[in-house]
Order: sequence, then structure tokens, then C-alpha cells
Amino acid sequence: MKNVTLKAGKTGFGEGLLEAAQKYREVVGLGADITTSTGMNLFANTFPTRFFSMGIAEQNCIGVAAGMALAGKIPVFSTYGVFAALRSADHIRISLCYNNLHVIIGGAHAGISVGPDGATHQALEDLAVMRVMPNMTVISPCDATQTHLATVAAIELNSGPVYIRFGREPVPDFTLLDQDFKIGKGQLLREGSDVSLIATGHLVWEALLAAEKLEQQGIKARVINLHTIKPIDEEIIQTAARETGLIVTAEEHQITGGLGSAVADVVVRNQPVPMAFVGMPDRFGESGQPRELMEKYGLTAQNIFHKAIELIKLKK
Amino acid sequence: MNLTTEQIEQKALEIRQWVIRSLAEAGSGHLGGSLGLADVMAALYFRRLRHQPGNPRWEDRDRLILSIGHVAPVLYAALALSGYFEPDELLTLRKLGSRLQGHPGRDHGLPGIELSAGSLGQGISVAVGLAMAARLDHKSWHTWCICGDGELQEGSVWEAAMAASHHKLDNLTVIVDRNHLQIDGPTEQVMSLEPLARKWSAFGWNIVECDGNDVEQILLATSAPLRVKDKPTVIVAKTVMGKGIKAIENDYRWHGRGPSADEAIAFIHELNHTQP
Repeated sequence: MKNVTLKAGKTGFGEGLLEAAQKYREVVGLGADITTSTGMNLFANTFPTRFFSMGIAEQNCIGVAAGMALAGKIPVFSTYGVFAALRSADHIRISLCYNNLHVIIGGAHAGISVGPDGATHQALEDLAVMRVMPNMTVISPCDATQTHLATVAAIELNSGPVYIRFGREPVPDFTLLDQDFKIGKGQLLREGSDVSLIATGHLVWEALLAAEKLEQQGIKARVINLHTIKPIDEEIIQTAARETGLIVTAEEHQITGGLGSAVADVVVRNQPVPMAFVGMPDRFGESGQPRELMEKYGLTAQNIFHKAIELIKLKK
Repeated sequence: MNLTTEQIEQKALEIRQWVIRSLAEAGSGHLGGSLGLADVMAALYFRRLRHQPGNPRWEDRDRLILSIGHVAPVLYAALALSGYFEPDELLTLRKLGSRLQGHPGRDHGLPGIELSAGSLGQGISVAVGLAMAARLDHKSWHTWCICGDGELQEGSVWEAAMAASHHKLDNLTVIVDRNHLQIDGPTEQVMSLEPLARKWSAFGWNIVECDGNDVEQILLATSAPLRVKDKPTVIVAKTVMGKGIKAIENDYRWHGRGPSADEAIAFIHELNHTQP
């Protein structure tokens, strides 16, 4: 880990898009009025002829991206996750996924940490809806640097639609640009044999903090960054289940349908072990400061720590 | 392909025959709309479209997006008769393992299918994207998109309409199959669309209206967009659902059903003995 600075995921997305666009002339951008909020302005300002303003019309953006992909472009479309993934869901299902077209959707302002805007703008269901779509790849990077790398990797994937989600709040940017990042391959961040903490998005950082707290109690927690929700890294999950016997998942998303469900799918099919889930408990968010909301709904190192302790007690 | 108007009318007749045969064989499908569009399809595939049936992925071909995927049988018949595949394959329509899916499915490998479509309101957005990409690359191919009239009740159609004129896409033409009918009945009773041409006009489109069952008029209408600058064109093609078969013409109950074997024989007999 490098010295931890704070950086927003959207900044990483913007930087990754710019880097890929400089490498690949097929990359084009579609914006739905909030180009600065998504980090896409960097690309739009550098490549004005390859950026298209499409207005507040997300369904049309998906279809236009599909058409451009059919004609050999690599379209990148970004808006808030709630609109990118949910407003346009049927267009994504048919025009993108059924046609299996290589389009990158950037779901910005992911999770409850959007804060004061409240429930309407807090994407907490996007991973569930995106991961059930055939042909879709779903990535949820853990920090800004990883979002940068994920964006480049998604553009280089050269097959099918990809959904990448990232947040607005500056959060610890703790991974390195030269890390080994592969779509579909989870990262083992900390070895441990008593319990596995499997997290995605910026809750990976909270999981690392939780592991340190557990260490103080003499508990060795394994920490896994599952940045790709689909295709899921079955091997790293199965190994964790086998070697630690307990799993806590953590995500800034509804518990149902997101990372926790995806991990549980793998676990029950192979080696059932007790699991606990940190995430939103089937309810909408509300207004508040990001940290206040994270605390209220238990999306914290403290809650991951508690869930791990409860599981360990259960085992004994 | 440079056929005379009479030869194109003959192709439209053959398209109708194959539509009836393939739907009868399938035991289900959308007969009314498929018959209504036969003349438009014949005019496009046998005159207007720039395409090479022997080279379906030709880079400079015109793109045709069938947004109303449920009339796939008329597209399949036009493709087969143009030489994309053997017409006998039309009789596999809607069957397990067939390349002729109930709604067009690109991944099933049928040559000439540009887009898997059929969830209404989506094809026009894809057509806009194709036209934008063509312009970015300075390509001269044209994008054609066929929409149903009931389909225009989908809100995202108008998102696409707004975008096409904002981006001045004069390389895009939408053909509206204006048969005034949808599943629940007449469009103006289900959800009124009129004044339809004025709606498109207000969105900044060049408007052309024609009789969509008159090959001569369709040929004229489809030549107009190629001369317009800085605006997309919509052709409101007035068609008769079920055109060619008196018993089903303008009967919305034939939107979503196919003929029985006996009906198919009678319908084809009627087609063969009616002078255009």
C-alpha cells in the first residue's frame, strides 16, 4: 500500500478514459448532461470531435452507443448509475446485451455515499440488475487508481458490454498503478485463515481496516478485493471458503442481488460455509453526509468487524 | 439490383406468398403487418438499398434496421429473395434451432440481419448511432430504419428523434409503417398519434408522405432523403395491414396471428389471381 490519499472514483474513470482514447481512435464518448460529474469532461475537452452531447435521454444513449459499436466504434457512455443501469435497463438488455456489443457504461455516483441528494440518486441496485444480463461484464473497482485501470481494461476487452461503477466521494486511493489488474480475477490483499472478508468498491478499504482490528483480537482475516462481480472469480472464493470456513461480504449496494448474493451462489454450489452480509438491508437510502450514512447503515470497518466476530462465535 | 417497377411489384407478390407460407408452417407470427410492408421491403431490397447479398458484411452497404422486429417474416422473405440465403429456409421460421427467430436475432447467424430487435422503440436509437458513426468516418452509406406507428408511442423514440435532428443526420431515414392499427385496435383509439407528420416536423425532420403499398410512390419517396441536407428524413408510408388478402385487410385481429394451412392455400390463391 502506498501512502493513502483521497481521490474520487470518477477521477480515475476520467483518467482511464483519456488514456485509452489516446491509444485507440475508435473510442467515442456519449454524455447525458452531467459530463463533469462523471469525470468524462477530460475526454470531451481533449477530443471534442469524438464526444457527443446526447442530452438527458439515457435510453437513447444506450441505443446510439449500440449503433456506433455496430459501426466499429468503442462507445463509452457515462451518467449516474441509477440512470445508466436502471432507467435504460431494457435498452441495455436488448440493444446491448442481446446484440453482444462492446460498449462501456460508466455508472457514476454509485452507492449511498452520494449523500445529501438522497435516495433518488443513490445507486444501490445497479450491480444486481447488470449482473443478471447475459453477456454483460460488471466491474466495481475499489479506488480511483483501480477505476483508471478498469476503464482501460474494459475498453481493451473487445467483447460485449461492460458496466463499471464508481463513486463521487473522495475515498482512500490505496492501490498502485502497476498493480496486477485483470477483469474477472479477484485480488488477495491480506492473508488470513480464520475468516475471509470479501469486499467490492470502496468497502474494500473498510475491510482492510476491519482486518487490522481483528488482528488486535488475535483473529487472522483474509481480505479479498472482488472488483469484478461478473464473470466472478470462483477459484478465489472457493479457496477462501475451504481455507477459512467463514465469509463476510461487504458492498455499498443492496445485500440482495449484489456481491453478497454472487459470492453465496459460488459458495453453496461448492463448499457451503456460514456467511454474513454487509450492505443495504432491502431499503432506500436518505439524505445525509456520506460518512453519516455509511455509519447509519453499517457500511463500515466496525460493522464488518462485528459480523466477523459473530460468525466466529457461531462456529465455536 | 435494377428491376423495373413491374418487376419489383412481382417481387412484392412473391414476398407475400413466402410470408404466408412461412407463417402457416410456423403456426404463429404476425401476418397483417408483414403483408402490409411487402411493397416497402421490395422497393428497398430490389432498388433503393445499396447492398451486396453475396457479401452481407460489405463495409459500405446501407444499413437497414427493422425496429418493429415482429414483422421479421417480411424481412426474411425479402432477404431470401434477394439472394442472402435459400428461400426454402423461410419454412424454418420460429422453429427450434432456426436462424429465423420470431424476432430478428443477430447471434443466430442469418446473413443480412443488422440488429437483434423487437422490443419496441429501440431500433431508431441504434439507427441514430449508426448514422453518427458513418458521419464521423466520412462514410457515404445510408441508414434506414423501419418503425411501426404504434411503436411511436414509446417515449424513447422521441429521444432519438430529437437527437437525430440535433446532430443534423441527413444520412438517416426513418420509414413509419402507418397502418393505423395496433393490437388493441385503431391507433387513434389506443393512443392517438395525429397530427403525426407535424410532430416529426416540430422535431426538425424532413417529412415525406406516400402510399406505402404503391411501389412507384415508395421509390419516389425513398429517393427524396438522399437529396436533403442537414436534416433526417421520415417517410410516413400509409399502408394497409394485411394488404393483398381482402378477408384480413385492416383487421387488427390479424396483427399477431398466422394462417392455418387451409387459409394459407386460399390466401395464396387470392394473391395469384388478383391483378395489382
